[in-house]
Amino acid sequence: MTEPEDAADRVQRTVDAVYRTESRQVLATLIRHLGDFDIAEEALHDAFRAALEQWPKDGVPAKPAAWLVTVGRFKAIDGIRRRARFAPLEEHSEQVAAAIAHEREPDLEDPTVVDDQLRLIFTCCHPALSPDAQTALTLREVCGLTTEEIARAYLTPAPTLAQRIVRAKAKIREARIPYQVPRPDELPDRLDTVLRVIYLVFNEGYAASAGPELTRHHLSAEAIRLGRLLVDLLPEPEALGLLALMLLHESRRSSRTSTTGDLILLTDQDRSRWDRAQIAEGLDLVRRALASRRFGPYTLQAAISAVHAEAPRAEATDWGQIVGLYDLLARSEPSPVIELNRAVAVAMRDGPAAGLALIDNLLDRGDLTDYHLAHSARADLCRRLGKRADARASYERALALARQAPERRFLERRLAELQD
Amino acid sequence: MKYLCLAFYDEQKFDTLSKADLEAIGARCRPYDEELAKSGHLELAGSLQSTRSSTTLRPRNGRVSITDGPFVETKEQIGGFIIIEARDLNEAIRVASKHPAAHMNEHLGWGIEVRPIEVLANDSLICRLTVEEQPKS
Repeated sequence: MTEPEDAADRVQRTVDAVYRTESRQVLATLIRHLGDFDIAEEALHDAFRAALEQWPKDGVPAKPAAWLVTVGRFKAIDGIRRRARFAPLEEHSEQVAAAIAHEREPDLEDPTVVDDQLRLIFTCCHPALSPDAQTALTLREVCGLTTEEIARAYLTPAPTLAQRIVRAKAKIREARIPYQVPRPDELPDRLDTVLRVIYLVFNEGYAASAGPELTRHHLSAEAIRLGRLLVDLLPEPEALGLLALMLLHESRRSSRTSTTGDLILLTDQDRSRWDRAQIAEGLDLVRRALASRRFGPYTLQAAISAVHAEAPRAEATDWGQIVGLYDLLARSEPSPVIELNRAVAVAMRDGPAAGLALIDNLLDRGDLTDYHLAHSARADLCRRLGKRADARASYERALALARQAPERRFLERRLAELQD
Repeated sequence: MKYLCLAFYDEQKFDTLSKADLEAIGARCRPYDEELAKSGHLELAGSLQSTRSSTTLRPRNGRVSITDGPFVETKEQIGGFIIIEARDLNEAIRVASKHPAAHMNEHLGWGIEVRPIEVLANDSLICRLTVEEQPKS
């Protein structure tokens, strides 16, 4: 005999598990049915409350997500109807009509339902919302993070973040941002916005800028999860490329800082600590994206990262291939930072003097004067050429511009080495 | 849903254009005018005279103050507007993106702002009555 508490615990665990795996899909479908984010969120919580009451008595339904959508929709329509009796009719009649129009058992295999999460992503990342709002709304609605979790990850006060989300939802409602996947002719531009949001979330979690390591890791993991979801729903080459890029970076997370929090350069990292499973998945995605011949900057950056991942030792890196990929990248997305990276790759392929000439040329143009990495790259090449005074001057310039503690420590170490 | 699309331009730069320049711009805009008229989205369109012909009224000490010039003294001014009917913002953006101000004459400071026209207010046509919600704690 099982104790009744055990049975209740079991149902609670099942409900928790269903919440983790299905709540975003249920929410996405409820938003389509109910036409409003807030009403749908309330319905989602009502549905889970009902599950906690009913599942212990009636057993867990065969299709929990379908059950939750039906119950959530019913509760919402019921609530709207009840409120409608007390409120002026015009206010809610539109919502009631929208809700009632869809009273039908949901079929979760239905492509319409499958696309709901994609609708949710494109709505949260609509270019008519501010970039801050896109990120906050995506993490809140698509990933299911709480407002407090997002606020902590972005070192923003929770009320500020909550306000940002409220404003974004109000704009969706008032400007009537539709709940839809963009048309094919609009898709490339809109997909760019979605990819940018995902990559920003990833970088916030990956860059050693601020915040406790645990929260930052959580953000990168969410970005990768979003990337996977997007690839499942919409396997566009650049979506594959972005997921590959994130996985290949993530594979080096544990080997890029020392136990004391200092930066370890790619060439000095212990490659045996790179995550092989993430690398294998990343490489496969890069190949698929490249084979499409419709790839863009994310795929090219992933391909560069893949060349590093494939080198068993730093000395075995195929710098020729990396220079070639930077050439393509500079053509598709011209930027001085890409030219700087290309110059570093050229230095690795043809020697430091060739790279130094390119960097000096870039600095002369004035685009990177205040970019600390340009000066530290220049310093490194001067150091390798034995130009100690030049190297020191450039490291000092970089140090004056660098803001992050690990980077500053790295530059100070290099400067100290040049004093002897 | 109705949207007001406000077309902006840099008035000073525009003033430096020759008659031939203006005619060339007009010729490039005309196909759009015709397409928009046929689309079924257009409610009203207007091209505005220079802000030199503008007059601004403001409440001052309980009376109406009348001054010369536009409400906001800024480089970019409204040069024209269209009011369109669209199903949602995506459709409004599609219609507005064909407007010359959305894709032509970057060097003349052109641009277009798409703003939904309030439809919920039921007791005033001229004043925004909705108040921003405060987030739940």
